[in-house]
Amino acid sequence: MGKQNVVVVGGGLAGLAASMRLAEAGIHVDLISMVPVKRSHSVCAQGGINSVNDYTRQQGDNEWLHVDDTVYGGDFLQHQPPVKEMCDWAPRVIDLLDRLGVTFNRTPEGLRDHRRFGGTMYERTAFAGATTGQQLIYALDEQVRRWEAEGKVDKYEYWEFLGPILDDKGQCRGVVAQDMFSMEIRSFPADAVVLATGGCGLVFGRSTMSMICTGGAAARAFKSGANYANGEFIQVHPTAIPGTDKLRLMSESARGEGGRVWVPKKPQDGRDPMTIPASERYYFLEERYPKYGNLVPRDIATREIFDVCVNHNLSVEQGRLCVYLDVTELAPETQKKLDGILEIYEKFQGDNPRKIPMKIFPAVHYSMGGLWADFERNDQTGGLVSGSLRNQLSTVPGMYVIGEADYQYHGGNRLGANSLLSCIFSGLFVAPSIQNQLSCLKDGSASDAPSSLYEGAVSEHKQHMADLVGNRGDENPYQLHQELGDSMTRNVTVVRRNKDIETTIIKIAELTERYKNVSLSDKGNWTNQNFSFTRALGDMLLMAKVIAQGALQRDECRGAHYKPDFQITAPDADDPGELRKQATAWCQSFKKKNDQWLKSTVAKYKPGGVDFSYEAVDTSLIPPRPRTYGLKGAEIIEEVWREMLAAADKDKKAKVGT
Amino acid sequence: MITMSKSFTVNIQRQDDPHGPKYSESFEIPYEPGLNMTTVLQRIAANPVTSDNKDSTPVAYDACCLEEICGACTMVINGHVRQACSALIDNVLKETTGPIDVKPMSKFPVVRDLVVNRKAMFESLKRVKAWVRVDGYHDLGSGPRVSPHEQEDAYPLSKCMTCGCCVEACPQFNDKSPFIGPAAVSQAILFNANPTGKIDSEARLEVLASRGGIADCGNSQNCVKVCPKEIPLTDSLAKAGRDTTLYKLRQFFGR
Repeated sequence: MGKQNVVVVGGGLAGLAASMRLAEAGIHVDLISMVPVKRSHSVCAQGGINSVNDYTRQQGDNEWLHVDDTVYGGDFLQHQPPVKEMCDWAPRVIDLLDRLGVTFNRTPEGLRDHRRFGGTMYERTAFAGATTGQQLIYALDEQVRRWEAEGKVDKYEYWEFLGPILDDKGQCRGVVAQDMFSMEIRSFPADAVVLATGGCGLVFGRSTMSMICTGGAAARAFKSGANYANGEFIQVHPTAIPGTDKLRLMSESARGEGGRVWVPKKPQDGRDPMTIPASERYYFLEERYPKYGNLVPRDIATREIFDVCVNHNLSVEQGRLCVYLDVTELAPETQKKLDGILEIYEKFQGDNPRKIPMKIFPAVHYSMGGLWADFERNDQTGGLVSGSLRNQLSTVPGMYVIGEADYQYHGGNRLGANSLLSCIFSGLFVAPSIQNQLSCLKDGSASDAPSSLYEGAVSEHKQHMADLVGNRGDENPYQLHQELGDSMTRNVTVVRRNKDIETTIIKIAELTERYKNVSLSDKGNWTNQNFSFTRALGDMLLMAKVIAQGALQRDECRGAHYKPDFQITAPDADDPGELRKQATAWCQSFKKKNDQWLKSTVAKYKPGGVDFSYEAVDTSLIPPRPRTYGLKGAEIIEEVWREMLAAADKDKKAKVGT
Repeated sequence: MITMSKSFTVNIQRQDDPHGPKYSESFEIPYEPGLNMTTVLQRIAANPVTSDNKDSTPVAYDACCLEEICGACTMVINGHVRQACSALIDNVLKETTGPIDVKPMSKFPVVRDLVVNRKAMFESLKRVKAWVRVDGYHDLGSGPRVSPHEQEDAYPLSKCMTCGCCVEACPQFNDKSPFIGPAAVSQAILFNANPTGKIDSEARLEVLASRGGIADCGNSQNCVKVCPKEIPLTDSLAKAGRDTTLYKLRQFFGR
């Protein structure tokens, strides 16, 4: 039996965590990445990483509460055992990062400092300045470099994953990848493959994601038989700086310090904003939500900004959607507290936001959905069976998926500072499962597999390249991408209506047809970025279909997926008796909705189309309950819901008794 | 004002492959507010037609985060090394009366057009053992306590993106010199100050004291001026000088 080998695709936090943990276990890793791993998208994370800590424990916090915040924030769409395992591990994950030298901010005593993030009552978030993601990935990059120096890891940077190689039993035996400089296509035999390939923001044209986040790798795995789950769950952040090339995040703290969101009442008023009098400004968040003002929850702020621009045509600019985020009225000492983020705005917009209102707009930010991944529940702990062959395994045997690329952990909506945790946790946690998988491989190592298997896969991809390069047509791939992004952003992001989604599905079909006539302006065979992009565009069209079709079929509101036509009517009565009646009706509708839709969407590829099915969610730890933030009669709804649960429980026990 | 004109010209130094000749191509870009150099390169990719109306190919370039935090898109614009994403066209146009001049970094082998191979920088990080050698990744509790002052010293050094600006500006970093460059020296200083990482400090000082180490720094102080993250590189270089001297003295006296 030859030497065993694991291929890790993607060198962000998840891929690096898996690589270093595998290397430590003595398993050789080929690490494949489109960019030098230090430049992966994880660097863009700003806020921090969550865990229960000594400080919060003394306030009554514990791992169960971290699980509860995570699944409540995710609107109960995620399987709970993986979340439990992740939250149990979180304190140890952060201890490890601390030992690796991450420059976490410190208290005067030299302990890690923490801040509070959305969706929790506790200060669970450790952070390193405003660049936590960068600092974490650097620590892991350094560890992997150490293993590289020892020969345990071979890095293939500027290599693009083209697809897994499956043997006749459907077992994954390696991958095909392409050198993005020389355009050489070759196989990488492997006994296990780990996909850590991130999100798919570029399907929406511009997003807060990096240029490599096309979803191309996920689509290629999908086409090879890996199912894709909850694709329609895409997080949109309310405030980003619209750019001509990308949308850059503008932190919520600007509003926290008193920043106000407004648009001129006159559509596309051309005047200098500072000269527009208050009476001609529409402070729509303050007017629509007098109680919360500019600090309404994220999803509501996102929806309202979208509504004002798209449905009321009040965007500040013609041809570009944006509203003002105004900190010009703040006292200089308050502005100073915002220096970090104001400097980003100044650097990229060239305007001084202390003097001129910022122009911001919501932006696609995170893919909660991803490639389907398995888990094995530990009935004793409620978490997972460590080292189980099923943990993080995709529907393709031998191919694992971790990080933002998987669909576990975040359900319908991700809490801030939970993504860095899920990426590193899933990367570390998958390693013992792979180790066990390698030790029980019946067919020996991949290097014993017939060479024809690998040659066949390589020639298939070479043929695909030759076909695409030689394609004759008059369609420009960049134009098609722009049209795709425009339609997806308009109809399948913040507010979703079935007739609009249908329009986009028709558009995707049209673009898929036009893609057949795509023509490359570079037909060369050296560092051909034009080709790389065009190939990824084909993948983006497939991902778009999965996202849009999933969104169309899910007739409910859950987390980031908001369909006003299927919203349960909120109670509005003032009379307590009537309010209770309405709350009861609300809870009954909520129960009916959950019976039908508390399920993961599972997309399966078939040539020429996508099949959808629905999978039950493991809610064995915490019973789902309504999210009532901002609803009138929230307390009474919660009370009625508890009564309904108790009654159902009593019924169940009575049945067991007889 | 030049920004009011309807279009502007970009001169780009091109090279088809590592061995091909360098040549220049001009592209006429319609002006719009808010452009940066990355968008200009995206526009060229979408419509690669030169100023004299010849069909060309998209210009190859590196780009990733577009927030000046990944370090990918470093290039030389109007003679100044910087990231293309944060090079706003309105500002770049003010620097010149002629076309905008764009070249790849000169200190690294060109792969194609503006794409260069910065592998040498990552190899230097291996040489100086830029990592904390922990016992293992199993649970051993939290790390050592670190005072806020120590964190404030370490954090700026830890923001290095390995973007290449400092070595591009460094007169000592070139084909004829073995100098590992300011970025790698600064990382050695960062890890020597780490409470656990200092276990390898002698190995790092040995590298800094040997060929290509701190003695090859010419003290031009260009590095610190071009660093986009404002890392105090000259402080690191000075510290490296002092620490290697002490290290050599200790060695001389057999301690």
